[in-house]
Amino acid sequence: MSETILKVANVSKRFGGLQALSDVGITIERGQVYGLIGPNGAGKTTFFNVLTGLYTPDSGSFELAGKPYTPTAVHEVAKAGIARTFQNIRLFPEMTALENVMVGRHVRTRSGLIGAVLRTGSFKQEEAEIKARAMELLEYVGIAKFADYKSRTLSYGDQRRLEIARALATDPKLIALDEPAAGMNATEKVQLRELIDQIRKDNRTILLIEHDVKLVMGLCDRVTVLDYGKQLSSGTPAEVQKDPKVIEAYLGTGGH
Amino acid sequence: MTQNKTGKLIVFIIAAIGLLALPILLQATGSNSWARIVDIALLYVLLALGLNIVVGYAGLLDLGYIAFFAVGAYMYGLLASPHLAENFAAIQAMFPNGLHVNIWLVMIAAAFVAGIVGMILGAPTLKLRGDYLAIITLGFGEIIRIFLLNLDRPVNITNGPKGISQIDPLTVFGFNMGQRHTLSIGDWSYTFQPVTLYYYLFLFFVILAVILSYRLQDSRIGRAWMAIREDEIAAKAMGLNTRNLKLLAFGMGATFGGMSGVLFASFQRFVSPESFSLMESVMVVAMVVLGGIGHIPGVILGALVLAGLPEVLRHVAHPLVELTGGRLGPEILRQLLIALAMVVVMLIRPKGLWPAPEHGKSLAK
Amino acid sequence: MDVLLQQIINGLVLGSMYALVALGYTMVYGIIGLINFAHGDVLMVGALTSWTIISMMMEASVGLPGWLILLLATIIAMVVCAALNFTIEKLAYRPLRNSPRLAPLITAIGMSLLLQTFAMIIWEPNPKAYPSMLSREPIEVGGAVISVTQIVILAVTAMTLAGLMYLVNKTNLGRAMRATAENPRVAALMGIKPDVVISATFIIGAMLAAIAGVMWASNYGTVQHAMGFMPGLKAFVAAVMGGIGNLAGAVVGGIALGLIESLGAGYLGQLTGGVLGSQYVDIFAFIVLALVLTLRPSGLLGERVADRA
Repeated sequence: MSETILKVANVSKRFGGLQALSDVGITIERGQVYGLIGPNGAGKTTFFNVLTGLYTPDSGSFELAGKPYTPTAVHEVAKAGIARTFQNIRLFPEMTALENVMVGRHVRTRSGLIGAVLRTGSFKQEEAEIKARAMELLEYVGIAKFADYKSRTLSYGDQRRLEIARALATDPKLIALDEPAAGMNATEKVQLRELIDQIRKDNRTILLIEHDVKLVMGLCDRVTVLDYGKQLSSGTPAEVQKDPKVIEAYLGTGGH
Repeated sequence: MTQNKTGKLIVFIIAAIGLLALPILLQATGSNSWARIVDIALLYVLLALGLNIVVGYAGLLDLGYIAFFAVGAYMYGLLASPHLAENFAAIQAMFPNGLHVNIWLVMIAAAFVAGIVGMILGAPTLKLRGDYLAIITLGFGEIIRIFLLNLDRPVNITNGPKGISQIDPLTVFGFNMGQRHTLSIGDWSYTFQPVTLYYYLFLFFVILAVILSYRLQDSRIGRAWMAIREDEIAAKAMGLNTRNLKLLAFGMGATFGGMSGVLFASFQRFVSPESFSLMESVMVVAMVVLGGIGHIPGVILGALVLAGLPEVLRHVAHPLVELTGGRLGPEILRQLLIALAMVVVMLIRPKGLWPAPEHGKSLAK
Repeated sequence: MDVLLQQIINGLVLGSMYALVALGYTMVYGIIGLINFAHGDVLMVGALTSWTIISMMMEASVGLPGWLILLLATIIAMVVCAALNFTIEKLAYRPLRNSPRLAPLITAIGMSLLLQTFAMIIWEPNPKAYPSMLSREPIEVGGAVISVTQIVILAVTAMTLAGLMYLVNKTNLGRAMRATAENPRVAALMGIKPDVVISATFIIGAMLAAIAGVMWASNYGTVQHAMGFMPGLKAFVAAVMGGIGNLAGAVVGGIALGLIESLGAGYLGQLTGGVLGSQYVDIFAFIVLALVLTLRPSGLLGERVADRA
C-alpha cells in the first residue's frame, strides 16, 4: 500500500565558507505530508533548491518513485515529477488564472508549432483537454470564478492557491511547497490546511517548508528539523516535539 | 449576446469593404504616392507582427531585427537581378538569360535562411539578460549592415553603397505585378496600377500574418512563450524548456522578417544598405511597444501610425518648413515625431496605445 | 615598429575617451540597472556646445589664449550637459523606475533619437570643422608622432580619473553612491536619499561625457549631430567588457577597447590578406561584446550591480 515516493540521502552543499547542508536525508511515502522545519538559515530552502535543480549538491543520492533522480536542469524537474511553488509566489502576472494553470499542463502535452499553425485535429483535442483540466484544478482549489482574471489581480491567498493549482497541473509525483502559509492570516491558513489535507486525501504526496510550527505539527505526517544545515531530528510531529535536541535548538530558545 | 455578434459582423464587413476599396480610392487621386505609402505601411505591419512574436510574446528585446529583413531582401535582389550575372562570368555562363529565380522559391529559401541565421544568432545570446540581449542584437544588425555596405571589395557581392537595382517585380501565375493591368467587363474597364496590385498582395500577407499570430497566441506554444516573458524561472520550474522555446520564437520572428524582405525587394525593385539601418530596427521595436506589446490590434495600430503619420505630415509640413527657414524639413519632422512618440507614450501609457484589455480589474474587497 | 607605436598611442587616446564615457554608463547601470542609450549623445551635446562657445569667442575676438578658450568652452559644456542629463533623468526616467523593464529602454532609445534630432535642428545637419585651439606641432616620440591635443587628452583623462576616485572614495557623496549601488534599500534606510544619489550620478556622468566630447572633437577635428551614438555604444561595450557597475572596469575596458580598435584597424588589412579593410573596424566592438558575454559575462574585473532582490 505504501510506496516510497522520494528517498534522499547524504545531501551536502557548501557555499564558499558556509556548509549549508551536511548529510541530510529524508524518505517520503506516498500520500504523506512531510514537513521540513528549522530556523532561518537552517538550510530548508537550500535543500529545496537542490531538490529542484537550482543548485548542484556536492554529494547526495536521490530516488524518485523508485527510480534514480538527478536534477541537472531546472526544467527537467517537473518532467521527472516534482512540482514546486515559491516562497515569494511566482505566477505569470499578466496571464489569466486559467492560463497560468494551462501552462502547468505544458510538460504533459505535446502540440507544437505545426499543430498551432495548422489547427490540426489532435491540436484542438489537446487544447480542449488542457482547458478542461485547468478549469477542474481551479475548481479544486476553489478559485474557479476567477478563471478569466489576470493573476496579478487576485488576492494574496488566492494567488497562493493558484500557484498550487498550477503545480498540480503538472501531474507531479511530489508537490513541494515553499512556505505556503507565509503572509497569510488565520482564516487563510485554515483554508490552506484544508486544501493540503484534500490533496493528501487524493493520494498525492507533499513536501513542505514552513515556519508556522502549529500548522506543521497539525498537518504533517512526518517532520524533519534542520539546524545549521544539519539534520537534528526526524519523525512524527509528536516525536520531534519531545526530542530534547529539538527543544534546545529550536523550540526552546525563543521559538515562535 | 447575438446583438454583440451582429454588431461585430457589421464592423467586420465595413472594414473589409473599406480595406478592399482603399487602393481604388487612392488611385483616383491621380498620383501613386499615397498608395506607395500605404504599401510600405503594410510591409511595416508585417515586420511589426513578426517582431511581436519575439518581443511581444516571448519578451526578447531584439534591436537588430531589420537584419533578417535585409537578408531576405538581398537574397531576392541577388537572385532576381542582373547584378550577379554582370559581375561574375561564371554565373553569366550558367544563366545566359540572367538570374530570374522565381520569387516564391526565393521566399521559401529566404524563410529558411533567415530562420537559420536567427537560430545561430540566438543560440549563444538568448540566455543573456534583457538589456545585454538588446545590445548584442543591435550589434548583429549593425554587423550585417556593415558587411552589406562593404562587400563590394575584393569581390563584388553586394555592390556596396550603390545597392542592387533592376530587381524583378513579382509575378504570380504569370501575372506581372510590375505592369498595369486592365480589367474589362463589357463597356466598363478599370486599370490597376502596380502599386494597387502590390497592395492587394501585401494585404493578403498581412491577413495571413494576423491569422498566424492569433493561432500562435492561443496555443500551447504561445502560452509557453508568454510564461517565459512573465517569469522565466517559474516557467522552467513548470518544466518548460525555455532555451528551445526562446530559440523557436527568435527563429519564427526571423522567418517573418526574411519573407517580408523578399516582398520589399520585389516592390521597391532596388535594395541598398541604407534601408536596413539601426533606425529601422528601432522603428519596428517602437511600433510593437508603442502599439501595445503582444496585442495584435495594438501592434498593427502602432505600425500604421509610425509608418504612415510622418508621411502624412510630410505633405502638410510645408508651412513649417518655411516658418523655420528650412530647418524643420519633413525628414527631421518624421524623426522628431518618432522620438517624441517613444518618450511621451512611455510616460503616459507605458503599456502602449492599445494594450490587451484588462480582464477583471482589482477585485473589490 | 613605428606603426605599432603609433597605433598604440592612437589606441590609448581613443581608449581614454571611451573610458570617460564608459564610466557614465557603468555608474548609471550600477545604480538603476538602465542602459542609458542617450549617454553617447550627451557627448555630442558637449562637443557641439563647446563648438558654439568657441566660435562665439573667436568671433568676438576676445583675445584670450587658445587653451583658455578651450577650457572655458569645456566648463560651459560640462554645465550644460549636467543640466541636460539631470533634466532627462527627472522627466523621462524617474517616472518609469518601477515600470516593466522594456519601457525605460524604449524611452532611453527615444531620448537618444530626440537629442540627435534637436541637435540637427539647432546646429543643422552638416558636419562642422572644430578649430584646433592648441598647438598643432606634432611631437616625435620614438618613431611615432603625438600631437599636443593628444597629450592633453591623456593628461586630462588621468586627472579626471584621479578626481573621480577621490570623489567616490573619500567624500560623503561618493560613499552614498557606493552604498546605493550596492544595496539601494538598505542605503535608503540609512538615510541616503536615492533620488539625490541618482541625480548626482547622472550629473557626474554627463560632465565626464562632455569632457570626452570636447576631446573627441579636438582630436578628430569635426562635430556633427550623429557623432555621439557609435562612440557611446562602444563605450557601453567597454563598460561591459570591464565589468558593468565596476568603475575600474570601465576604465580598463575603455582603454582596452581603444587599443583593440586601433590595432585592429591598423592591421586588419594585413591579417586578412586584403579581404577586410579598416572600414570593418566598427564591428570589432560588437565582436568583443559577443565574446565577453559568452566567455566571461561578468566582465574582466567583475560586475557590481545593485542587489535589488
